[in-house]
Amino acid sequence: MSAWETVIGLEIHAQLATRSKIFSGAATAYGAAPNTQACLVDLGYPGVLPVLNAEAVRMAVRFGLAIGARIARQSVFARKNYFYPDLPKGYQISQYELPIVAAGSIDIVLEDGSVKRIGVTRAHLEEDAGKSLHEGLGALTGIDLNRAGTPLIEIVSEPEMRSAKEAVAYMKKVHTLVRYLEICDGNMQEGSFRCDANVSVRPLGSDQFGTRAEIKNINSFRYVEKAIQYEVARQIELIESGGKVIQETRLYDPDRGETRSMRSKEEANDYRYFPDPDLLPLELDEADIEAIRAGLPELPDAKASRFVSQYGLSAYDAGVLTASRDLADYYEAVVHAVPQQPKLAANWVMGDLAAVLNKEGLEIGSGRLPAERLAGLLVRIADQTLSGKLAKEVFESMWSSGQSADAVIEAKGLKQITDTSAIEQAIEAVMAKNPAQLAEYRGGKDKLFGFFVGQVMKATQGKANPAQLNDLLKKKLSG
Amino acid sequence: MALTREQVENIAHLARLELEAAEIPQFQQNLSRIVDFIGELERADTAGVAPMAHPLPGLTQRLRPDAVTERDEHELYQRNAPQVASGLYLVPKVIE
Amino acid sequence: MIHRQTLSQLAAALRARKVSSVELVRTYLARIEASQPALNAFVSITAEHALAAAEAADRALAAGRGGPLEGVPIGHKDLFCTAGVRTTCGSRMLENFVSPYDATVVTRLRAAGAVMLGKLNMDEFAMGSSNETSHFGPVRNPWNTALVPGGSSGGSAAAVAARLLPAATATDTGGSIRQPAAFCGITGIKPTYGRVSRYGMIAFASSLDQGGVLAASAEDAAWLLREMAGFDPRDSTSVDAPVPDYPAGLDAPLAGMKIGLLKEFFDTGLDPQYERCVREALAVFERLGATLCEVSLPNISLSVPVYYVVAPAECSSNLARYDGVRFGHRCADARDLQDLYKRSRSEGFGAEVKRRIMTGTYVLSAGYYDAYYLKAQRARRLISAEFARAFGEVDLLMGPTTPTVAFALGAKTADPITMYLNDIYTIGANLAGLPAMSIPCGFAAGLPAGLQIIGPHFAEQRLLQAAHRYQLETDWHVRLPEQYA
Repeated sequence: MSAWETVIGLEIHAQLATRSKIFSGAATAYGAAPNTQACLVDLGYPGVLPVLNAEAVRMAVRFGLAIGARIARQSVFARKNYFYPDLPKGYQISQYELPIVAAGSIDIVLEDGSVKRIGVTRAHLEEDAGKSLHEGLGALTGIDLNRAGTPLIEIVSEPEMRSAKEAVAYMKKVHTLVRYLEICDGNMQEGSFRCDANVSVRPLGSDQFGTRAEIKNINSFRYVEKAIQYEVARQIELIESGGKVIQETRLYDPDRGETRSMRSKEEANDYRYFPDPDLLPLELDEADIEAIRAGLPELPDAKASRFVSQYGLSAYDAGVLTASRDLADYYEAVVHAVPQQPKLAANWVMGDLAAVLNKEGLEIGSGRLPAERLAGLLVRIADQTLSGKLAKEVFESMWSSGQSADAVIEAKGLKQITDTSAIEQAIEAVMAKNPAQLAEYRGGKDKLFGFFVGQVMKATQGKANPAQLNDLLKKKLSG
Repeated sequence: MALTREQVENIAHLARLELEAAEIPQFQQNLSRIVDFIGELERADTAGVAPMAHPLPGLTQRLRPDAVTERDEHELYQRNAPQVASGLYLVPKVIE
Repeated sequence: MIHRQTLSQLAAALRARKVSSVELVRTYLARIEASQPALNAFVSITAEHALAAAEAADRALAAGRGGPLEGVPIGHKDLFCTAGVRTTCGSRMLENFVSPYDATVVTRLRAAGAVMLGKLNMDEFAMGSSNETSHFGPVRNPWNTALVPGGSSGGSAAAVAARLLPAATATDTGGSIRQPAAFCGITGIKPTYGRVSRYGMIAFASSLDQGGVLAASAEDAAWLLREMAGFDPRDSTSVDAPVPDYPAGLDAPLAGMKIGLLKEFFDTGLDPQYERCVREALAVFERLGATLCEVSLPNISLSVPVYYVVAPAECSSNLARYDGVRFGHRCADARDLQDLYKRSRSEGFGAEVKRRIMTGTYVLSAGYYDAYYLKAQRARRLISAEFARAFGEVDLLMGPTTPTVAFALGAKTADPITMYLNDIYTIGANLAGLPAMSIPCGFAAGLPAGLQIIGPHFAEQRLLQAAHRYQLETDWHVRLPEQYA
């Protein structure tokens, strides 16, 4: 048992999904050619001024309301002053003393199924910086300012996570939430959602914080886990071997699986924050906030509880199905078509469908198998057209061919035989072929019933409806 | 209050200004004078007075509709740039 | 004598087709060229542009079209961005900077028909009170070229005083319109903060900067201001309020107007001859039906130290964008990124700009922010509240614009504080965002003295009216330096 306790706080940066930038009318689309989406304001040209994007404000408030935070009636933009080539003005417009979102909280589910509440200290609006490119430029660095001025919400947690796994659970929960709220596309590869992790260790039972290291710009859940694990081990080893953790900024190198000190950030920064005189205090009144609240979607925790009560799902299943709004919507669209079968629907969505999506690296929202089509299959299971075994075969065909369940059933002739006379005919044919067994059965050897079932199924290639077959066979055999 | 040479050098570094050795005493003297002068503020009785960041009372931030109003003009904008290639602004290598 | 006509007279003559814009532009261009060696009022003279614009104005006028200032020559202080014409801000940093866009003020005046003849010299980044900090050399005072014209809008003031232009744009952060207006014997107005868009006006100190006018008379200032002022969605601090028809309100009588004399402005350091001019001007207002009383602003003496915290703080941040990467001066052969930053900035900025950047960096830095920056912002509120209280009792405040008349080049460059104290009477209006004017009110030792008029927020109309009524009674504003008469 380790004698050390890990203390983690996360600062998550989520790019807000606005069309234009936070302080300019330039586009925010990802992947444009360098500097083609950097306008005069983004470039910090002499004489230009910022004007705040209404949608960025609305999105930040949505987030605040979703985590039960207090929304500041007045918040203030401040300048964070430092020199860096990807920071065109020599300062970043951010919020410092008066952020738009004050204390809130987010619940995460731990591995043992228990719920832990993580405090969110604050969330504030700010502008993103540009990007430095080092490849193929020799002794030079290229600066692309397309990203400069993209709105961000920085979500700062309390240092309340105690393991890398908790940190990942928290980050995933925030990720789920921002996508539910439709305020961030959550694309981590493109950097739309990334985090800095403040990591420290302390002797178990201590109430003092250890010296922390800040690991910058981690853009995957896996890297967050690996980076924290590495950093925790590094700090413990350092302390146990008589060394001291220094407060510094570190970078996670996924290729080497380690964190290293960032040379460029070595010197102590003095950001000289002060209120940005180009922007006025942002005021929100009760009516503004209530209007935004009224537009909030059902949030993941509420949706999961509803799935438990409305559909009789387990808490675990409800949690899985509400992990994304697309998945939950998909599930509910399926249930809508087969209202009597919510569990069957859950099993298929979480089972066969999830497996094949995962295998092919597709998202639920990819449209490859629309909910109505999966529902079409479940209808045929429910009305006994398909047995469970046949259903899997049909599902595979539906996935590969893009056809509806009925079309596959029709084409493959997989439909159950439910026509009484057809089943009767098949029974009679079997009886005629097996006079000896018939005599034995009628003589009292009940066990032979199974033999007849098998023979009829064989004759109908397994398509006879089992219940009907049972009834009819009993009648016929008894004469 | 006299600023030390080290203080002046530190401020110059924060402001990314390079002062020649010969200039430093001059800046040291000027800045010390200025710091003394603004130090007069100490005598102002500002207890309970809120800081004033904007000259007009009661104005609040106006919001802009979220619309893309700018086009790609990077060639025009980069005419003022000392060094560009392939649309990128170039600087000496940044080491992270 | 075209150049002796006022801007409003010229606009009328153009409209009546008694004179063409091309003639006007040629006349003024000739005066500008002739003056440059002595005054150095211009950084750039845009003769070709101007003649083309004048021809277009003449065509518009011939067709009975055109704006209220159609064909009228003006100049812009060289910190208003002008697309295609370099905008230097008086700095080596922007020596070759060509803005890709126009400042809102430039756009508006062009839309009103005004024709730009050039860009006017100024203190570097508007930091200075004597126009000696310009990278393009000092501007000289047309009344006596051994003297400074004041600053930072020294080029604009000298050009109007010598009638190289009927009027010019200018900006005022701590007195940069009013002090040169006083030194050069012309009329200047700094409107209420937020009245004129700051978009495209290269920032010095964002919470204090305000664009305005230097002109030959209050009437001319009213004409120009009407076109410059107004809401701009590109400037978050621009005020969305209708712009009155300033020229239309000029003739209203002053009877019953309450004028407060700023007690502290007469207390210390005011030159006695200058004081006599100001007192005589106040007597004129009394004759016009106004009543005078003394008003005290006990904390006004804090305004200079407050200013020299707030303005440098804002400027240290505003000028961080000049880093040699996207525009502006870049040093040769940078060893690395830090070397690029430091040498580009050190080579690009002059000594006064560096001093202010360093002062601002210091007052915002860890450990000093509360003692200086926050303290200054609190004191700023005290000063602002005293003005507000005063305007509960009087309609306008009056006093001298400067403690002395224009001083000699080099007289105050040795000690920054001596220079800063020249703005002791003007800074208060910037801190409180109030509209303020300076108008010529006589001569002290043969040099122009200025009467300062300060009003409550958005009282430009009242300021202009008072100034205009005074100018109907006096002729100080029509006197010209001999050489430019």
